[in-house]
Amino acid sequence: MSSAHFLSLSPAGVYCAAGDFFIDPLRPVARALITHGHSDHARAGHGHVLATRETLAIMAIRLGQGFAGRIQAIDYGDKLRLGSIDVSFHPAGHVIGSAQIRMADGKTIVVASGDYKREADPTCAGFEPITCDVFITEATFGLPVFRHSRTADEIARLLASQQLFPDRAHLVGAYALGKAQRVIALLRGAGYDRPIYLHGAMEKLCAFYERQGVELGDLLPVAANDRAKLAGEIVICPPGALQDLWSRKFPDPVAAFASGWMRVRARARQRGVELPLVISDHADWDGLTQTIVETRCEKVLVTHGEADALVHWARGRGLAAEPLHLLGYGDEEADSVPAESEA
Amino acid sequence: MNQFAELLDRLAFEPSRLGKLRLMSDFFRRTPDPERGYALAALTGALSFQHAKAGLIRGLITYRVDPVLFELSYDFVGDLSETVALLWPAPAENSSMGNDAPLLLSDVVRGLSATGKLDLARNLAGWLDSLDETGRWALLKLITGALRIGVSARLAKTALAELGGKTPNEIEEVWHGLAPPYLDLFAWLEGREARPDSSDPAPFCPAMLAHAIETKDFDELPPSGFSAEWKWDGIRVQAASGLAANGRRVTRLFSRTGEDVSGAFPDLTDCMAALPFENFSLDGELLILRERKVQPFSVLQQRLNRKTTSAKLLADFPAHVRAYDLMRHDGEDLRALPFAERRGRLESFVAHASCERLDLSPLVSFVSWAELAEARKNPAAFGAGADAEAIEGLMLKRRDSIYVPGRPKGLWYKWKRDPFTVDAVLMYAQRGHGKRSSYYSDFTFGVWRDEEEGARLVPVGKAYFGFTDAELRELDRYVRNNTANRFGPVREIIHGESQGLVLEIAFEGLNRSSRHKSGVAMRFPRIARIRWDKPAREADRIENLQALLKETGLGGSPAG
Repeated sequence: MSSAHFLSLSPAGVYCAAGDFFIDPLRPVARALITHGHSDHARAGHGHVLATRETLAIMAIRLGQGFAGRIQAIDYGDKLRLGSIDVSFHPAGHVIGSAQIRMADGKTIVVASGDYKREADPTCAGFEPITCDVFITEATFGLPVFRHSRTADEIARLLASQQLFPDRAHLVGAYALGKAQRVIALLRGAGYDRPIYLHGAMEKLCAFYERQGVELGDLLPVAANDRAKLAGEIVICPPGALQDLWSRKFPDPVAAFASGWMRVRARARQRGVELPLVISDHADWDGLTQTIVETRCEKVLVTHGEADALVHWARGRGLAAEPLHLLGYGDEEADSVPAESEA
Repeated sequence: MNQFAELLDRLAFEPSRLGKLRLMSDFFRRTPDPERGYALAALTGALSFQHAKAGLIRGLITYRVDPVLFELSYDFVGDLSETVALLWPAPAENSSMGNDAPLLLSDVVRGLSATGKLDLARNLAGWLDSLDETGRWALLKLITGALRIGVSARLAKTALAELGGKTPNEIEEVWHGLAPPYLDLFAWLEGREARPDSSDPAPFCPAMLAHAIETKDFDELPPSGFSAEWKWDGIRVQAASGLAANGRRVTRLFSRTGEDVSGAFPDLTDCMAALPFENFSLDGELLILRERKVQPFSVLQQRLNRKTTSAKLLADFPAHVRAYDLMRHDGEDLRALPFAERRGRLESFVAHASCERLDLSPLVSFVSWAELAEARKNPAAFGAGADAEAIEGLMLKRRDSIYVPGRPKGLWYKWKRDPFTVDAVLMYAQRGHGKRSSYYSDFTFGVWRDEEEGARLVPVGKAYFGFTDAELRELDRYVRNNTANRFGPVREIIHGESQGLVLEIAFEGLNRSSRHKSGVAMRFPRIARIRWDKPAREADRIENLQALLKETGLGGSPAG
């Protein structure tokens, strides 16, 4: 990554020597800039954390109050100087509080995207393309088979299934941070006004979103109700809970899963999903390529995901492009059962 | 086409057998002829289209999508039809498609059989343009002949049987005389016409299959109630013969699933046709015998999956049937008789046949399960003699069992010999296909061998099953986190004296192989255990495998 100017790669992740900070470090460091609150990006134990107010609040909810030595909040668009680097955070459209990080040393502008998407999301600020020289992008869905721009249709399919099977509970697997709230907000936007039931792992973050002014309507905890009585209802739960004993108590449950991975049939089948809902909080292929064009960058660095295809595409357009093959990112969205599902 | 696509799509995501049955019988009920008949043909694998090859589809897509992006996508998705369905570019707006009648499955089937190779590409592209993603997927699955939706031909026939209040075996019995779109079959099931005439003189009798025996079963099973036979390491076949209405003798060889394999074994089929009986169906194991000695499976393999057979091949690899059951003989259906009685009939059948390519699968006599366990361990000492290498265990058959098609419980058991195992080190991984698609699930593993520079790992095989879904995820993560190199779709996994993952590999046998660097090839290797605890340097050595070759006598070269 020598040609990424003031950034370098280390085992802890992307490092800026001129500002002495890491971005989304994988292990404890002295100073960390955190793009968003997902557990693969926001880890505990750093000396100092700089992030948006929402991201800091999410980290406190998930990791406990003492998750870092010191914390500092930054608003979207505000500039801060770290060493010789001007740093600012800009909306990434991924989840509430998610940010791209813009870094400039007077000669070169580098933007680290964090995770992002281009589709509208009623629960968070929309992505803003930032002009830069070097764009460091994710590529979770960096293959042209991934196109998930028909989210409204997916919500319609869920509602159609729920009407078709009034005697069955619809369990929608969704990641607790971001996806769950987005699915709920989309259901509300589609006019669904019945109570929506929540697995215990969803409650804290839904309450947090509501405190931030995101309206989610009537939410009821599942625990307080008899699961067997929830025929015809929609229940939001962590993806891992779909296969848990927990889900068996519902009346003839329909296992739905809201994820970009549902675009590939085998992925849905491997997880025993009957109603795959292609709803993603990551940019799809068109979103990734459109964004690279809009940043007008000369160089693309791909942190994680399906880097090879995106690098090939970028080089085909005459851009310099390299895969970084960073490990440790993407797990929350990809395969693992997030920790809170055990709650 | 849309209804058929919707059916396939729902079947693909329906986990339960009952749910699948309901989806199919609903479809057969509400879909008109001939659409449902062609759908049935697709579900039972009765359709095949000569010119619609994977290469044609690749050609169509790489004309429209960057070939590198296509290859990367295919590697990830692990299914050609689905990859192409997802990548196919939407046709330009206001093309003429809005006015056309919707594409029917029968249009596709007729179109595919009528068009030559040249027109096919253009027709197919036009169809793909007119369909949505699910429709494209279903169309491509259909023409490439690999539906992979978790529906067997048997299950489709079961759903069909429900439609007419019949049993699946009643369907099987008329099946071989019928052809798509099965108008007469549906008419019979709906009570509009009489049973279709099963005039097939050499029909397939659906095979009776065995369950794997479990240790606890022995406590409940009386040894005296069972007969035991060797489980031969060949392929299960059924020979059927009979006289057609015109007096001509028809003889066929079927695979276990009812596929006609006569063409691949003309030597054997001719012998069966020359037997002094006009009418029979017998069940047995197809083996290669040389000088009366059964050859290992690796030898038989030379005759499998061949489109043509040369005289030399037939001479070098003479096919043979070792018979173990007789279902029909001289117009009599023997399937309702108990095994012991059928066995008597079979013995006299084989004796009267006096054919050098047909013999009897001998019974293994025993009085207790303990004695039989000894025989399983050492077949050579219990009557198998020189044929012991071609034995992969025992078959136990209840003496009073009638011949029940399918896999009935409690009647027949297989008791396979214990697999061999070896501790090997994971060396390379590749993404899987089908069910394992997009996970790293094809694993190449190696054992230690001394070379000039010191001990090195030499690959000895490849395994892609044996693990649970949870273990698959762990392995997939291990691969992603321990990649040393990437060679296209293949990842080299970090391996060496002090690092690497040990896999306990179970396998059924070992052959000498000149094609493999290690000189050995495993049969049926699978991952028995992941040895997270075991250091790589303690994995097995090539000498352990070579010793096995000698000990078991496995691996005589095909020529010897």
